[in-house]
Amino acid sequence: MSILVNNNSRVLVQGFTGKEGTFHAQKCIDYGTNIVAGVTPGKGGICHLGKPVFNTVEEAVSSTLADVSLIFVPPAYAADAILEAADAGIKLIVCITEGIPVRDILYAKKYVQHKGSILIGPNCPGIITAGEAKIGIMPGYVFQKGRIGLISKSGTLTYEAANQIVKAGMGISTAVGIGGDPIIGTNFIDLLKLFESDSDTDAIVMIGEIGGELEIRAAEYIKEHVKKPVVAFIAGQTAPKGKRMGHAGAIIAGSKGTAQEKINALQAAGVGVALSPAEVGSTLANLKEKLD
Amino acid sequence: MNIHEYQAKELLHSFGVKVTRGHVAHTVIEAEQAAIKLGCKNWIVKAQIHAGGRGKGGGVKFARTLAEVSEQTERMLGMNLVTHQTGKAGKLVQKVYIQEAYDIGKEYYLGIVLDRRLEMPVIMVSTEGGVDIETVAAETPEKIIKVGIDPVIGLRSYHLRKLAYGLNLNKAQMKEFSRFIPPLYDAYQKTDASLVEINPLVLLKNGEFIALDAKLNFDDNGLYRHPEIADMRDETEEDAAELEAAHYDLSYVKLDGNVGCIVNGAGLAMSTMDIIKQSGGEPANFLDVGGNASAETVARGFDLILRDKNVKAILVNIFGGIVRCDRIAKGILEAAREIHVHVPVIVRLDGTNAKEAGEILQEANIKEIIIAHDMREGAQLAVQAAKGDR
Repeated sequence: MSILVNNNSRVLVQGFTGKEGTFHAQKCIDYGTNIVAGVTPGKGGICHLGKPVFNTVEEAVSSTLADVSLIFVPPAYAADAILEAADAGIKLIVCITEGIPVRDILYAKKYVQHKGSILIGPNCPGIITAGEAKIGIMPGYVFQKGRIGLISKSGTLTYEAANQIVKAGMGISTAVGIGGDPIIGTNFIDLLKLFESDSDTDAIVMIGEIGGELEIRAAEYIKEHVKKPVVAFIAGQTAPKGKRMGHAGAIIAGSKGTAQEKINALQAAGVGVALSPAEVGSTLANLKEKLD
Repeated sequence: MNIHEYQAKELLHSFGVKVTRGHVAHTVIEAEQAAIKLGCKNWIVKAQIHAGGRGKGGGVKFARTLAEVSEQTERMLGMNLVTHQTGKAGKLVQKVYIQEAYDIGKEYYLGIVLDRRLEMPVIMVSTEGGVDIETVAAETPEKIIKVGIDPVIGLRSYHLRKLAYGLNLNKAQMKEFSRFIPPLYDAYQKTDASLVEINPLVLLKNGEFIALDAKLNFDDNGLYRHPEIADMRDETEEDAAELEAAHYDLSYVKLDGNVGCIVNGAGLAMSTMDIIKQSGGEPANFLDVGGNASAETVARGFDLILRDKNVKAILVNIFGGIVRCDRIAKGILEAAREIHVHVPVIVRLDGTNAKEAGEILQEANIKEIIIAHDMREGAQLAVQAAKGDR
């Protein structure tokens, strides 16, 4: 089972022949991900990393039956790449690109929803189902197979959390980086829903940060609908107001979007909140021990 | 990115928004000339800094005569204006905006901003104009009327009616209001603005709406398609170290503590600040050298942080994924040799090739470099070192 992706996923890479696309696609292939094609306009017909390259997503889909797209296209063209993938019937679109204008993503997200597809990201490390498919830029070996679902707004902090989970004697079913932009395709709730009904996942770890209120809405959802244990960490407890902390979406606007209000909401929903970033693994282990 | 009021007004004017008449001035002579050129009876002299609340700090003054224009300009230029948005340090006033003074009937608030919950722009209006909208939102939220504009349909007449009814405008005022908003919304959309704030929006005694003040912020990610707006950037309004960091694609925010940190990834960088605080210290900065940190970016990080004289210790917290820790370790050693690193550097490297990295650092045997085995230990050692007891 696991969620969203597995070893049956047929992945195409948009921006396949570029520097980033080439580097990371090779790592995905090495991991065992079933990459079936690449798309780079103007390079259709060539073979790259042993896979066929197409000019358009539509051609790639009709020739290879790809159902997932991994996007490394530069920010100015990334929204177009998302729209093209959705239009070609790709059901799961994973956009790694950082720096896409918000205005472009507002439209792209609406269109993806209209086509009934799922957008992960942008500005995210991607998705990995341990031992089956790595569709992103994360270091695969950190995500040892296990039964913990991981959802995170961050990149390296996700690897850190996965590493702690593994060191605490557990492992990962699927990990999803949802991205650090103000508008993202898929949020905590969408994925909590999937993990809750996934027979390969026993507990869920969510890594949030300052800015916006997705974590607060997730807390409301968890209270009503999630039976599996949830552990959370919120980055940015010491972040100053009004300053963007690296991620475009990580900003406390006025007094809204602080780590403390998110922590309070999650605790009120019965979530085990790790207050220190070093305690994600141990908080999870303690919670599981109590339940077992 | 922020721009000044006078730039915002020029930009909005080019979209057909009704703004005050006025000119920017860098000297007293320019101010006088601007006042003469305006040819009006009374003027307002407004300090141009990137912060709100200027009036309370003495940065907005009424002038009845040309002499008063000069007098106020002379007083403002070179002053350090402190407002609730500048922090204690205040901001140096380097230019003023000389504006015609109008006969004001009523003041309103108007803002356009991205609503992250609705995932669309919202237009907000309030009868409580000219005051801090955060205060209105906190104390009398019912006085703020909001409409979300779905990008699929764009701005429609019913949106305008909803806002106008909310403000209790009469028929004639409604007509004026419905003329004022569309070019403003157009400007928000077409410039990739992240915020348009007109506070106050005023209804003049002659029945016209006009932007008495204007604040525009832009989505940095959209600036590449607006070079003319990117050119409006006033670097003197920004922190020099933050600007330089941005130039190297590093994300840096200066804070007040004494424990510097160099981290790869924004989430991990925020968490590192948090764990320093939890260990009894205060972070000196946020610094994300990028998920794929390299020896070079780490070296630049050292260079930036060491310019902050408060820094008494540095915590390097790198989780190596695709990037290998042994490479980072070599980069740290190189940086320590090239830049004079005179404070203790606590290094925590985990992830790919962390073991080899530890050996490299151990063998180098540099007294400033202390190896930590996990994030918590790293933070504790850094805090102790900053306090001088290691």
